Amino acid sequence: MSIRVTVAALGLLVGLSSSGTGQLVTPAMARDSLTIGISQFPPSLHPGIDPLVIKSYVDAFVTRPMTAYDANWTLQCMLCTKLPTIDNGGAVFETLPDGTRGIAVTFTLKPGLKWGDGVPVTSKDIVFTWKVGGDPKSGYSIPHPWERAKSVEAVDDRTVIFHLDHIDTSYNNWSQLLPEHLEAEAAKGENAGDYGKASLYARQPINPGLYNGPYIVTSYETSAQIVLEANPYWPGPKPALKRIVLRDIENTAALQANLESGDIDMTPGEGVGLSIDQVIAMEKKEPEKFVYLYKPSLTYEHIDLQANNPLLADVRVRRALLLAIDRQTLVSKLFEGKQPVAASWVNPLDGNYTKDTANYPYDPAKARALLKEAGWTPGSDGVCRNAKGVPLQLEIATTAGNKLRELTEQVLISQWKASCIAVSVKNEQARTFFGETMRKRLYSGMAMYAWSSNVDESPRRTLHSSQTPTDANGWGGANYIAFANPQMDADIAAIEGELDAAKRRPVWAEMQRIYAEQVPVLPLFFRAEPYALPKWLKGFTATGHGDYSPLWAENWRAE
Amino acid sequence: MNRFILRRLLQSALVLLVMSFVIYGLIGLMPGDPLDVMVASVPGVTPEQIARLRAIYGLDQPLMLRYFHWLMAALQGDLGYSRSHSVPVLAVLAPALWTTCKLMLISFVAAVALSFVLGITAALKPGGWLDGAIGLVAFAGISVPVFWLALMMILVFAVELHWLPASGGFTVGDGGFVDQFRHLVMPVTTLALATTGGFTRFVRASMIETLRADHIRTARAKGNPPSRVVLVHALRNAMIPVLTVMALSFGSLFSGALLTETMFAQPGMGKLIYDAILSNDFNLALSGLLFATLITLLANLAADLAYAWLDPRIKL
Repeated sequence: MSIRVTVAALGLLVGLSSSGTGQLVTPAMARDSLTIGISQFPPSLHPGIDPLVIKSYVDAFVTRPMTAYDANWTLQCMLCTKLPTIDNGGAVFETLPDGTRGIAVTFTLKPGLKWGDGVPVTSKDIVFTWKVGGDPKSGYSIPHPWERAKSVEAVDDRTVIFHLDHIDTSYNNWSQLLPEHLEAEAAKGENAGDYGKASLYARQPINPGLYNGPYIVTSYETSAQIVLEANPYWPGPKPALKRIVLRDIENTAALQANLESGDIDMTPGEGVGLSIDQVIAMEKKEPEKFVYLYKPSLTYEHIDLQANNPLLADVRVRRALLLAIDRQTLVSKLFEGKQPVAASWVNPLDGNYTKDTANYPYDPAKARALLKEAGWTPGSDGVCRNAKGVPLQLEIATTAGNKLRELTEQVLISQWKASCIAVSVKNEQARTFFGETMRKRLYSGMAMYAWSSNVDESPRRTLHSSQTPTDANGWGGANYIAFANPQMDADIAAIEGELDAAKRRPVWAEMQRIYAEQVPVLPLFFRAEPYALPKWLKGFTATGHGDYSPLWAENWRAE
Repeated sequence: MNRFILRRLLQSALVLLVMSFVIYGLIGLMPGDPLDVMVASVPGVTPEQIARLRAIYGLDQPLMLRYFHWLMAALQGDLGYSRSHSVPVLAVLAPALWTTCKLMLISFVAAVALSFVLGITAALKPGGWLDGAIGLVAFAGISVPVFWLALMMILVFAVELHWLPASGGFTVGDGGFVDQFRHLVMPVTTLALATTGGFTRFVRASMIETLRADHIRTARAKGNPPSRVVLVHALRNAMIPVLTVMALSFGSLFSGALLTETMFAQPGMGKLIYDAILSNDFNLALSGLLFATLITLLANLAADLAYAWLDPRIKL
């Protein structure tokens, strides 16, 4: 009896497995569709509210910004005909009635642009987006806010002029538009937050009229998957892939298994797919199965030094900390050399990068000499002590559970130990680490984490003295190192008010020099975005910055 | 009976009220808020924008005030708005509840059926080789972590054999009954196997004890066939303690569903609650956990009612 039941059960399983075409048809076999595994799910697809990485990633398939940085980190028109600049006359300085100096920026939309329901994209949409985006009640929170423009003038159906009342280097960088014909009703709410709740992006995410990119959303299953299909009204090159499925698999081990089984075709590198160690391991195991791509990004892994710690007050100690660690070997051993060592927060791929700064290659002898010069001599236990007998002992904190960071910590601690610096670990859950310890600058010695920046972004939020989180400012700002350098403050103001890239470059160089000389932070490396792509996918380009690869998804094709 | 049910329902309502307060408070004690994640991951968002969002989401209000507002609205049937899904809580909970109920009920039925077969078989000859083998399987089921079992199943049946889909609820462009069933096979099996071990041990222990009772000896002496003695006389009595364990297991089944749903990318309650807690989506986390509590309470009530049915001596 039991044998018969077992045989029947196995028969059922085999029957199920061979149902339909006889074998599981994976998306990869279809080749006109692509299934992407993502490890997070977006809260909604509204392009301006809650700008999380996963949301920007999904939005990049369906909603085009006015402008975006391309793979060469150069700003390009996405919806406009020509990028307005001071040089080409698209942007001109103007004096406002109150005497302040501003800029007038003229944008002309490309002809034939339409929303996914066939309604043309017009100047009305730009003016509407500016109104909603600039309304504090709407909940808009994007890196290049719409309120930069004090007024927007619609010249005709396709041309608008933005009037900025100050000089802003991002004057010609503007984000996604909202469809006025669909969203106007939702924007009529009186109370703060009403718009976000009434918006069709939240209530009807599969409404095609919300999207103006090469794809529209045809299915949206919360916390499961999003299905995108070609937008019939897209005026650009017809997307070769008819369908793109974004499947949410939060556990990255399961995500990897899904990739190996063929249930998903690729994992993105923009921080919403596999971790770099997983992709490196896969490449070692199955080098021929996928195309593995590692794109250096603007995400800067580093160690903040606590300005209030007396042991770290002497710049020689800070320099010694940096000289004592072998960052090149660290990235070679842990990341197969895929992540470049950082000299400062400016990536070498950035046009503002300079090589002309103080350098700190691995040199433990020099580190010990510097410490000796600062009054620290090794004790009998191998730990340096000053004249008062105080040991050179520090704590390092990072996000608990992040395997690579914890491994990096161990390597660094052993290297510091060799230079008579004792370091102990005090890791915390990411929520506590970012939500409490960093936000309120409670770490005692060192804190290892990463932050991202935009191409050509001023370092104001992380290095300007006004951005130091304090109780008085409600712990606002991200200058967690409490860096206060008058020259740095002046340089930041200077680059923000100078539109000529050639004139800005020396100022950028000076900021990097100050950073390298003062060592308020120990730079480690720039993260690389790790992609696992199907071998048949062509036309894919990684960017390494916040304007993600799907912004050019119409070029993706199967070969 | 009716008074008993009414009393238990009132007790359940009280438990839910206390739980809502405790859960809200505990989530509120967690450091940071969802906007910190945004600050850390998205460059260029200004402190002013963050402050504005905190005000819009009510995160700038005292915790107790937020709880009080939620409670007043919940009593009128409004569970609030999910910040992390940008829709009312019920709109997210309903489909997730359906997915989880489907997963839990099928797994539960499968686990109960399997554990009764294994438990009774083992109890018939305690100490025999079959009892030992079943014990081994049961202990393996208890001790193997759900996430590992899930991963192994994916590796074997999806990666190596390509028999079953590794994740999701259906195939885009298909979604028929067979397709959905195929997507359920691995999650249901994983969850059922994880539960079967414990159930089997309880059924075995309860059956061994019952089979030694006087009334069983009497039933045998009266010439009843062994199958009738086991399945009618013994099983009914043995089920009383087993039912308690099974009713209480609904809570752990929920936590098992969390892992199973995460591993197999099933959009159910477990995954929803987990995400809501991580993203500090108070309304959603609270409502989800209260639903989980309610299910456990109702399962216990059902178990109490079943006692009376199984043993007429028990008066409710």
